[in-house]
Amino acid sequence: MKPEALKELIYKMADDLLILGHRNSEWTGIGPLLEEDIAFSSMAQDKVGQAQNLYQILHSLGESEPDIVAFTRNAPQFHNCQLVELPIGEYDFSLVRHFLFDTADALRWEMLTTSSYEPLAQVAKKFQGEIRYHVLHAKTWITQLGSATEESISRLQLALNYAFPFALGIFESSPYEKEIIAEGYFGGEELLKEKWMEKIKSVLNETQLILPDEKIITPVLGGRVGIHTEHLQPLLDEMTEVVALEPHAEW
Amino acid sequence: MVTRETLLEILESVKDPEIPTVSLVDLGVIYNIEIEESGVVHIQMTPTFAGCPALRFMQFEVERVLTEHGILHKVEVNFEQAWSSNLVTDRGRERLKSFGLAPPPRFIGEPDLEKLLHKVPCPFCDSVNTDLRNPFGPTLCRSMHYCNDCRQMFEQFKPV
Repeated sequence: MKPEALKELIYKMADDLLILGHRNSEWTGIGPLLEEDIAFSSMAQDKVGQAQNLYQILHSLGESEPDIVAFTRNAPQFHNCQLVELPIGEYDFSLVRHFLFDTADALRWEMLTTSSYEPLAQVAKKFQGEIRYHVLHAKTWITQLGSATEESISRLQLALNYAFPFALGIFESSPYEKEIIAEGYFGGEELLKEKWMEKIKSVLNETQLILPDEKIITPVLGGRVGIHTEHLQPLLDEMTEVVALEPHAEW
Repeated sequence: MVTRETLLEILESVKDPEIPTVSLVDLGVIYNIEIEESGVVHIQMTPTFAGCPALRFMQFEVERVLTEHGILHKVEVNFEQAWSSNLVTDRGRERLKSFGLAPPPRFIGEPDLEKLLHKVPCPFCDSVNTDLRNPFGPTLCRSMHYCNDCRQMFEQFKPV
């Protein structure tokens, strides 16, 4: 076993889910309509739950308890891609991010169902069923709003132009990429990206939205090695506010 | 030593905290029960959804009833067998319906959600003239639908 490679892989997935889960939860109470409020809140709960299970696996590999790992690190110690830490913005941005990230996430879990690391393959099978609902939700709204009114189309297009370079950062290559693939832990970011491009293109083809040309775009990288935007630390400060008040409280 | 039948009867009293008519055995959340030669009962549970906030409470409840009946036990929560709505028993399905929740349709292989969430039979009037309103609902395991015949919102226990 190559524990360092495995941990790196699991950390980035868990951190993506925790941070996006937190961002989704910011829609609770302020969704543009009640049903969207419920949807983003439910997806938040799924993602934080999934993150917790991944931190639990990391704990079995010798890392600290899930709560410690989730609530006591600072921004440079997080491995999430920058896409997930961006503020929720307007609903158009949150929807586009949800579509871009969750499409990749669903494909990632599908690939991980055959991981040679059994605990990861087990949770992958579990999360796959949950993420299907997230993808269905994203697709429903993207296809509807992506061909609805001039305003809905132009808003989504602007959000897509803004989010796409960050979304390419999901697939930032790991320093352990070769070991991860050779050991059969995961098929690798490059393969995932190929599948993802195909999938998002097929959905966008049903709309009037245009995917920016990847060739002329510089992906926003760095998240996987702890380089983050100025938005992550304030998120962490808010997320850990209660824990910080009483770090040793028993719940 | 406790028999399997008695054990199942005892466990039948532990219900889903959010659906008090359906037991954890009927939901498939308790997916394996073994009685060791020493008499120690080994129970394996798996959550419906990874983020289910009721999971720990359900585990405590299982441990509590077993302790009350003086049964030595080991209760474990894991993902060795991922939960699927196909595990809900026939009795569980009837009870979901009587609670006002459309039972999850059974499926083979991977669920095709766009089909399975479409025209879900209304648990109140059995009409299939219904629309999906939201693949998410008041809890992670429920979706929301509207019946065009009896004109009521209803929830479905999601196929997963």
